[in-house]
Amino acid sequence: MEVADPMIAEPEAPTPGVQPLDIQRVRRDFPILRQMVRGKPLVFLDNAASTQKPEAVLQAMDGCMRTCYANVHRGIYRMAERTTTAYEGVRETVRRFLGAARSEEIVFTAGTTESINLVARSWGRSELEAGDRILITEMEHHANIVPWQMVCAQTGATLDVAPIDDDGVLQLDELGKLLTPRTRLVAMAHVSNVLGTVNPVREVAEMAHEVGALVLLDGAQAVQHLPVDVQDLGCDFYTFSAHKIYGPTGVGVLWARHELLEAMPPWQGGGDMIRSVTFEKTDYAPPPHRFEAGTPHIVGVLGLGAALDYITELGIAAIQAHEADLLAYASARIGELDEEVNGVRIVGNAPEKAGVLALDIEGVHPHDVATVLDRDGICVRAGHHCAQPLMHRLGLTATSRAAFGLYNTREEVDALVAGLRRVREMFQP
Amino acid sequence: MNDLTDLYQEIILDHNRKPRNFGELPGANRTAKGDNPLCGDRLQVQLQVREGRITGIAFEGQGCAISTASASLMTEAVRGRTVEEAERLFHLVRNLFTRDDPPDPATLDDLGKIQALAGVREYPMRVKCATLAWHTLHTALAEPGSTVSTESGTS
Repeated sequence: MEVADPMIAEPEAPTPGVQPLDIQRVRRDFPILRQMVRGKPLVFLDNAASTQKPEAVLQAMDGCMRTCYANVHRGIYRMAERTTTAYEGVRETVRRFLGAARSEEIVFTAGTTESINLVARSWGRSELEAGDRILITEMEHHANIVPWQMVCAQTGATLDVAPIDDDGVLQLDELGKLLTPRTRLVAMAHVSNVLGTVNPVREVAEMAHEVGALVLLDGAQAVQHLPVDVQDLGCDFYTFSAHKIYGPTGVGVLWARHELLEAMPPWQGGGDMIRSVTFEKTDYAPPPHRFEAGTPHIVGVLGLGAALDYITELGIAAIQAHEADLLAYASARIGELDEEVNGVRIVGNAPEKAGVLALDIEGVHPHDVATVLDRDGICVRAGHHCAQPLMHRLGLTATSRAAFGLYNTREEVDALVAGLRRVREMFQP
Repeated sequence: MNDLTDLYQEIILDHNRKPRNFGELPGANRTAKGDNPLCGDRLQVQLQVREGRITGIAFEGQGCAISTASASLMTEAVRGRTVEEAERLFHLVRNLFTRDDPPDPATLDDLGKIQALAGVREYPMRVKCATLAWHTLHTALAEPGSTVSTESGTS
């Protein structure tokens, strides 16, 4: 997001056909945002770590437990059937949200991390052998590194890492060189949780498929910021977490093409994932239930459904436009601040970015930045953001990160910039 | 403790800006490393101990203002003290940073300038920053050569 003249960072012109967000109305949907912190309004900018929950999500979850709750896929009685219908209805909601072909392609998990581990354990352990290669990128979250290291250790496969440039842009030509006939999978972030970089996943999918590799996308930082259509992206696996898209913790999604899921063995055994069981032999249920052993997070799944309905009603395009405006405005204001006080730098300057702003203030540790901002009620993340190899690549131990959500405002960006100015004043080099 | 200046007192900012006894210690005979993986803070404490007395101390590393200032103040506080005195101070400091009750007035003289860091109590997430140097000192005295981590104890 480039702004030629920061002084004229006017609100972005509304995208034709997109109803802009009524931000004050939106903010009223989130009860938590009404509170004050040490006498100042809460400014929640840690949305890449987790997001706050709208009333619709709270009501869906509370309402389920108060009025219509039973275990799913088991009971004959009416309330069990209604709970099952609601639970399975969310599968259809997710299918529509991701543009998937069939609702059987939607597997509910505990979150992105579990979704990736499911693929690593089930697909990885059954498909990979010594000499095979898995390709990831330098900007991955630990959740998209460690499961692959584990499966490599178990199968004798090798992990390759595609580099980024100093702006945080994936080097596509270098990635191309690492794609070999032995590359079985490319696993990468759709959007970087540190740099905000929106990766050219469609191009990567084409390149990967040319050598016969599958593509897994970590969508944990993408689905809340931009429209996702898995068929259009051409990927094979897509993963995301409910809690980063205004839903509850403990729930996530794995989408995979049906023929892949059909061929994949279960990764956990238990109730609900079987067709028939004798002591001699068990027939597994078809996907998606094959991968959902045990009682699922019923209430959480209903919360996820309500969150996706909420996002869909506001319009992901409207959210995207709003966050693009915040990012442009914040980048311009921080640029101004840097000109004035020096040493305030944005880490990650890819031309295509989602609303994630990693900051490096020269000579000031991010934890000091976060503590000073916290005193003004401003919540930012400070640390390595579960991406230590990326920090190492960037020559940093940590950054401070402000990540925008649909409820953030330009006034909150102003509060952030004022806070950063205070940091600079306190910690003179 | 309502103002940020209670945490970032001028003395803290000064020791962060100009850490004392920072660098290598020639002739060191005790050393330990401290690691706070959550922050990425890492430091090394080197000591010269002669006949039970700390005759020299220096630290190196990188960390936040709280951890740097704490390490710097620590080097000033323990230099010239006996190992036993330094260990006693370690326990006093740990109480200062973590206990809810005010420190025993009898110990205030011993704590000296370190009292400036007492504000860290109000920031539970930052206590480890303030104690890292002290745990590293303790390790250098008790188990020289090892690394202490805020997340896993001595390794």
